[in-house]
This record gives sequence, structure tokens and C-alpha cells, in this order.
Amino acid sequence: MWEYSDKVREHFFSPRNAGPLEGSNAVGDVGSIKCGDALRLMLKVDPANETILDAHFQTFGCGSAIASSSALTEIIKGMTLDAALKVSNQDIADYLDGLPPEKMHCSVMGREALQAAIANYRGEEWKDDHEEGALICKCFAIDAVMIEDVVRANGLTKVEQVTNYTKAGGGCSSCHEGIEEILAMVADDCDQESEIVTAAPVCAPPAKPEVMNASKPVAAPKMTNFQRMRRIEEVVEEIRPMLQRDHGDIEIVEVVGRNIYVNLKGACVGCMMEAATLGGVQTKLCEALGELVQVLPAAMLAHASV
Amino acid sequence: MDKPIYLDNNATTACDPAVVEAMLPFFTEQFGNPSSMHSFGNKVGFALKEARARVQNLLGAQFDTEIVFNSCGTEADSTAILSALRAQPERNQVITTTVEHPAILTLCDYLEKEGIIVQKLKVDRRGRLDLDEYKSLLNDRVAIVSAMWANNETGTIFPVEEMAELAHAKGIMFHTDAVQAVGKLPIDLKSSKIDMLSLSGHKLHAPKGVGVLYLRRNTRFRPLLRGGHQERGRRAGTENAASIVGLGVAAELALQHMHTENTEVKRLRDRLERAVLAAVPNTFVTGDPSNRLPNTSNIAFEYIEGEAILLLLNKMGIAASSGSACTSGSLEPSHVMRAMGIPYTAAHGTTRFSLSRWTTEAEIDRVIAAVPPIAAQLRKLSPYWNGDGPAEDPEKAFAPAYA
Repeated sequence: MWEYSDKVREHFFSPRNAGPLEGSNAVGDVGSIKCGDALRLMLKVDPANETILDAHFQTFGCGSAIASSSALTEIIKGMTLDAALKVSNQDIADYLDGLPPEKMHCSVMGREALQAAIANYRGEEWKDDHEEGALICKCFAIDAVMIEDVVRANGLTKVEQVTNYTKAGGGCSSCHEGIEEILAMVADDCDQESEIVTAAPVCAPPAKPEVMNASKPVAAPKMTNFQRMRRIEEVVEEIRPMLQRDHGDIEIVEVVGRNIYVNLKGACVGCMMEAATLGGVQTKLCEALGELVQVLPAAMLAHASV
Repeated sequence: MDKPIYLDNNATTACDPAVVEAMLPFFTEQFGNPSSMHSFGNKVGFALKEARARVQNLLGAQFDTEIVFNSCGTEADSTAILSALRAQPERNQVITTTVEHPAILTLCDYLEKEGIIVQKLKVDRRGRLDLDEYKSLLNDRVAIVSAMWANNETGTIFPVEEMAELAHAKGIMFHTDAVQAVGKLPIDLKSSKIDMLSLSGHKLHAPKGVGVLYLRRNTRFRPLLRGGHQERGRRAGTENAASIVGLGVAAELALQHMHTENTEVKRLRDRLERAVLAAVPNTFVTGDPSNRLPNTSNIAFEYIEGEAILLLLNKMGIAASSGSACTSGSLEPSHVMRAMGIPYTAAHGTTRFSLSRWTTEAEIDRVIAAVPPIAAQLRKLSPYWNGDGPAEDPEKAFAPAYA
């Protein structure tokens, strides 16, 4: 059973302003039948001063969807349209003394219905600006779509980065497996993309430049040439066990300025994922060195020195 | 207020008082570890033996050593599938169905990520399997078939004995998740080809936290938990003695009440169902009404939402359950309803009433009286509803901007 506040229960058992509204001049229909909620908000607006004289709702939904709809109509009655547009979903939740994290989307639906109804009154077209996914982090009510968007936009690779950007996973930590799955899925997608990009010209840089930009390398203090070489070696040593698990391997052949030439060995030779592997190594090196470098197959060394 | 009415027995059941009474000494004077040499342990050891024989009897198993006690149905399911894969590394496929309990489906999703190929049999709109599709999938790369005996949401029964024969003929192990069927349907495993079966104590008036994996003799097996020699090394960990004793008593009682379950409980279920369908328009029974558990009725109320129904029922002192998305915290309505192709507007309003041998005529009367006003009250709020019936062409009359 959900932990509903007394106010939610009260508004569910005795909803205010339920049913059709005679003489309404603004209607907003929103919802997601897939997640079981849909709401029609009807307003009677005074054309003289754009004040909401009356508001009614019809809702197909759970207890908190009905309570959120009821609360919304009570909040906005008497408001001007401009004032009503400032009502946030948090205002609706606060009015009900809070909603469980899984149910916050009910209050979001209320706010969207309000925007849709006002757009309808003003003869504008309303477009939904967010997509909703499965709830991942229950502590901070962050869903899968939000996490995926942030991961893609910022090139995130670790759970703690996701927590820093979205708060997801920063509470009880039980959703870390779910976050890791999203990271893995995005990483897979990126690998496939970079493979396609690099398939045609052999000498094209194996990784997508945006990956490097997105990882935002911290400006590292200037290293000596020796330190830099050592750092490159350390990073590659860290990666080797992963490749060896798949019966492959990698060795550094030469470092010429920003170009790092490597040999892929064992199962990595001729592997379809070769470009992706080099791309991954390049991303790691960029992060570690705090500068943009290119990782290239040693075969290209010959071309370079000519 | 009148005494609450509990019609959610597929979720869990109340312990039978006789079960509780039999368990109590095992918390106090009979606290010994059955593995110990002294008399404290010895008596507990005998009690477990007796419980094992009682479960053996309920399942119609040939040997008492085929009964492996564990913690729950989920553990039994995981043990069965993982064991089949580990014992037969040359086989990397699992066949199951789209309507299994999450104990099977979530495990299978995980196994897929590990590279196991999982084939999920589809069901028709009545929740029935296509046995020709099933036969076409049986091959020597399949490690195990796992199909539920009866569905927890609709009560629909699968022909598991026939399916087990077909698997056996191809040399494939067969497991059934029978947590809903045990105690409600007669079962005789010795005359079947079922290799493994899961049961859960709390579905048949035993306590929570105890379950059984039936493991046919000579079935290749790898334990989930390794450690001590309990359960002949097939499930390490000190026995949950009190609960196992309770499950033994519950098994015996289930066998005694099997007839009641299939006559009196069934009659009350049918009465409830007929009365609700007659009194509330736009409702229908989900699953296969002609082939289902005697205690289960799953009714779809179109154009209203299940959690809202449950909250209003609860206010009237009636406990039931729903396939709506909102009751589970997920975004999707019940996977069972979706697998049967029930439209979203009905799937969200599915409500399951599951009775027990303690359900009374008077209780059913009260539920029959309570349901129609609740449906009417919620439909008054529904944008798909208009006065006495659904809005004309409901999906068009209300077509919200989907988020």
C-alpha cells in the first residue's frame, strides 16, 4: 500500500470539482494511458480579465492522480491565467502534503493539463516537453529517460558522475545496478556509432571528437615528457586485463606528439570491434592526460614518418 | 465496521491456526539444530522428516528425498533454472512463457544479458499457450522448460503435464512454478514427467519464508547455496524448522480441503463473478474461465483504474488486488494482461478476487453489494465515460496528448 498523506486520501475519497463543466471555454486533455493516467481539465475563464472563474476535471487514474486533479482545480480557481501558469507540479504535491516518489508524475500531469488548457484558451498549440521513463532512483524520483539523456549529453561513464549530475543513486544506493545498465546501454550505442563512422576511411581518427569534448578533461598541470610517457603506459596497463579477458592484448609502439601508435594483438586483430576498442583507449587517455590525443594503429606509423 | 473481507489469497494467505499451534513448540522447547547429535536436535530432525512426508503426500512424489525445503517460491524457481544451466553447460536455451511470475521473468531477463537464449511462449487473448509453437522450439540446445502450473493473476491453468511429456521425449528438463496450483489442484508428480516444481508455503496457509523445490530423483542438479550438508547438500543452511513443520501441517490440511476448494470455494467464486458482471456494465472476465483455479476471478472494469478501485474497496473493508500499473509502481499495466492483448483502458481496471476455504457466503454478499457503486463512482470521474455508458467512441471522445 502506498504511503498517502491524509490530504491525498481526503481528496481522493471526496474529490472537489469532479465531472464535466457547463460553459467551459478552455479544455486540456493530457496523460499517458500506458501508465494508467489521463486527465481532462476544464476551465471557465472570464475573457475580460483572464481570471479562472471555475475549474473541473475528469480523470482516469489512480488515487493520487484523482487527488492531484482535485487539488489542482482548488489551487487555480480565482487565479489569472498568467498566475496559474506559474503553478508548478511541486505546488500541487505540496498542497497535498507530498506524494510518494513513484507518484510525482501525477502532479506533473496536473501541471501539463493546466498548460494545455490555457494554450487551448489562447488558441495556441501545446506540446509536451518531456518523456517519462521507468522510475530508477526512488530516493530522488529520477527516471530512466532523464538519466539516459544526461548520460548521453555529458558522456558520463560512471555511477558517481550520474549522481553528481542528477542526484540519482545518491541516496540508499540500491538503484546503482539500474544506473549501470543505462550506462552500459549508452556505451554500447556509442561503440556502434563510432564503428560506423570509422568504417570507411582507414586513417580516420577512430573515436568521435564529441566524446572527447563531452568528457571535459580537467586541465591537468603540465607534465614532463617522461611523466607523460609513464602516464600513457599506466593507462594502457589498466586497460590490458580487459582485453586479455577476451583473449586480446595491446602494446604501445610509439608516441609522436599527439599521436599514440599501438599494436592490437591476439583476438583483437581483425576484430570487428577494433575501432571501438581504439576509441575507448583514446577516451581513457584523453581523460588521464588532460589533452586531446589520437590513438592510431601502429601500421600507420609508416605513413606518418614518410 | 464489519470484519474486513480478505479476497487476496493469491497474494498470500493467513496461517491456519492448527499450523501456528504446531509451530510454536519449535520456537521454545524444541529449539535444537536437527544436525546435532543430542536429543535436542534429534526431535527436530524427526519433526522435519514428518513434514517432508506430508509435503511428499500432497505432491504425490515417489520419494520423500525429492522434497528440498528452502526459503520461498522465488528461491525454488532460481535454483531450478540455474541448476539446469550449470549442470548442462552444452545447453544454453531456456523456454518459458510471457505470463510467468517475475520470479521467473526477471531471472530470465538477467540470464539473457549473460548470453542465455530465452524463448518466451506467447498466449492468446484467453491466456492459452499454442502447443505447436512449443513443440517447434524443443531442441537439444534447450536446458530447461519452465512453465507455471496456474497463473497468479487470472488463475488460467497450463497443460504442464502434457508439456513435461513433450519435453521429456526430447530429453529436456521440465520445471513448473506451481505456487498457485499446489493445494488448489490435485497433483500426482510420480505419474508425471515433471522434473522440478516450486511451491511456496504462504500460498497455502503456512507461514511466509518457507518453500520447496521438488527435485525428481536422478535429475542432474547443482545447488544454489553450498555449505553444510542440510537437505542432503542440495540446499545448505540451517533448516527453518518451525516453518517447515508448519508447512507440513498446511500440506496435510490442503489435502483434506481439496474437495471444498473445488466445490464450495468455486461456487462462491462463480456467484461473485456472475453477480458483478450482471450488475456492472462494461466488465469482462480475463483469462480462460473454463480452465482455471477454483478460487480466482479476475474482472476487467473498463474505463476506470485499478488502484482507485482497490482504495475504495479497502475503505469498505474489502481486500483485493489489481493489474494496474499504479499498484506495482511500474509504468506498465500487468504483463499478463498485455500478453493477452487486453487494451490499456481495461488492463488498468483489472481487479483480482481470490478466495480461500474461509470465505463465507455473507462475505460474498457484501462484496456483491459494494462493487457496483464503486464502479459507478469512479466512472463518473472518468473522461471516457458519459452518463450511463462509455462516451461514444471512447478512444476518440477522449484522446489526450500522451506524455
